[in-house]
Amino acid sequence: MNVTIRVWRQKNDQSEGRFEDHEAKDLNPNMSFLEMLDVVNEDLTNAGKDPIAFAHDCREGICGTCSCMINGKPHGPESGVATCQTYMRSFQDGDVIVVEPFRAKAFPIIKDLVCDRSAFDSIMHSGGFISIRTGSAPDANAIPIGKEVADMAMDAAACIGCGACVAACKNSSAMLFVSAKAGQLNLLPQGKPEKDARVLNMVATMDEAGFGNCTNQYECSAACPKEISEEFISKLNRDYLAASVKSVFKAVPSTMG
Amino acid sequence: MNILQVLFKTSIGKKVLMAVTGLIMVGFIVGHLIGNLQLFAPPEKINAYAHFLEGLGPALWAIRAFLLLTLALHVWMAIQLTLENKAARPKDYTSQQTLRASYASRTMRLSGFIVLAFLIYHLLHFTVRIEGFGTYPHTTLLDGTPVRDVHSMMVFGFQNVWISLFYIISVGLLSWHLSHGLVSMFQTIGLQSRAWSNFLSKLAVLFSILYFLGNAAIPGAVLAGVVKIENPEVAGYVCPAKCAVCEAKKAKT
Ligand code: HEM
Ligand code: FES
Repeated sequence: MNVTIRVWRQKNDQSEGRFEDHEAKDLNPNMSFLEMLDVVNEDLTNAGKDPIAFAHDCREGICGTCSCMINGKPHGPESGVATCQTYMRSFQDGDVIVVEPFRAKAFPIIKDLVCDRSAFDSIMHSGGFISIRTGSAPDANAIPIGKEVADMAMDAAACIGCGACVAACKNSSAMLFVSAKAGQLNLLPQGKPEKDARVLNMVATMDEAGFGNCTNQYECSAACPKEISEEFISKLNRDYLAASVKSVFKAVPSTMG
Repeated sequence: MNILQVLFKTSIGKKVLMAVTGLIMVGFIVGHLIGNLQLFAPPEKINAYAHFLEGLGPALWAIRAFLLLTLALHVWMAIQLTLENKAARPKDYTSQQTLRASYASRTMRLSGFIVLAFLIYHLLHFTVRIEGFGTYPHTTLLDGTPVRDVHSMMVFGFQNVWISLFYIISVGLLSWHLSHGLVSMFQTIGLQSRAWSNFLSKLAVLFSILYFLGNAAIPGAVLAGVVKIENPEVAGYVCPAKCAVCEAKKAKT
């Protein structure tokens, strides 16, 4: 099959970008979207032109590196898959496919389709961990955890941090990402002791990074390659409010003034 | 962190302020609608009710101040959040699909601001009562207490098709605003789950429809001539065929 990609080219964060049309010829419909970009880049390189920069790593839907707004939807037309697992059979022969980078103030463009998602790392550094050493893989049932809680935590843990939630949100809000990362740890006994500090710090870092505010429209969840539910956002709101109220009434040791 | 800082300075805090002020206003408008539906009773009913409200004196002013503050906070937060959201994506996509967001949720700012414009007009019309915006007659209750004739004031206003239409469209937009707002509110304060939200969205739509119909019934009934001016001193009063006042006048001459 043959398609045309109308792809965003931009040198760096400072420069103006523009769309460029490129033909992708003789594709196997079972190629992934990224493999199609490889074909185009091969042609560009052979012609002595600058290949299209795009982010990728595992190419099996688990690392969260691939991105791209494909025809106006993060990760392309299918639901529940990342760009690396979107296949050309999801398109028609002769299609013109519009490919843009994820756009948000907090995700500045590095080049072409690659944006800098390190704001997510900053959020993780501020609370997406537990401080104690939990040791190496423990005996499976050493700490009993109910099935329902374990399943919920697994649902949240499915987040690969790709940023599709931010890309899809009309407000570039990172609430789905933060709620999944905080929710996963807050649900489990190892994460509970630091729950309040975690939500307060992660939300503060999220606000500082320049993400927008959630308007409860759930475009994030619809675009998420791991189909993470907006229920985690509600949980984050709840945990955040509780932590804020508790922090008002918390006694502090006299040495801390 | 200080609780005021949380409410005014953080993304979730500002949203919570939106939700709580929204909820307070929802409480108010339900009471307000029930009060207004007394227009369908004989004039004494709503006139006595208005007289009672005015008799609250300082308490009435306290309630008014509280509601105005609530509205101001709601609008202020709406403006702030909207500006922040615009700033969070300096360069828009060339093409972006809408995957799931309802139409009502995407028009909250528009519906909200038209409702705000309506509210200003509505307060000038019936609360401040600017001369020229309407007619503001007086009457007496059955026990002889002199009161403002709220019944005639409302009927006179709604006999104007354009005013009625403006009211109907505005309460329609408010209902539209609430069909998303009522569900959104629960999500914001953290009381949401899939099952509960499915139920709640249906309830919110039902509430919004009933709220709209209740409100639209008032100008509707006036336009249809079901509710008429019953104060002989007000323009537009039509004598019933056998009227005690006219009979008495005729008997005199
Ligand atoms: C007067 C002008 C008004 C403006 C400009 C306005 C604007 C807004 C905006 C922008 C939102 C946020 C929507 C979102 O998160 O997607 C909102 C939410 C809401 N509004 Fe209003 N609104 C107004 C009046 C009202 C009134 C009169 C009521 C109630 C009677 C009301 C009830 C609500 C509720 C319940 C919410 C949901 C809060 C939440 O999202 O958590 N609004 N409004
Ligand atoms: S490249 Fe790893 S998820 Fe797509």
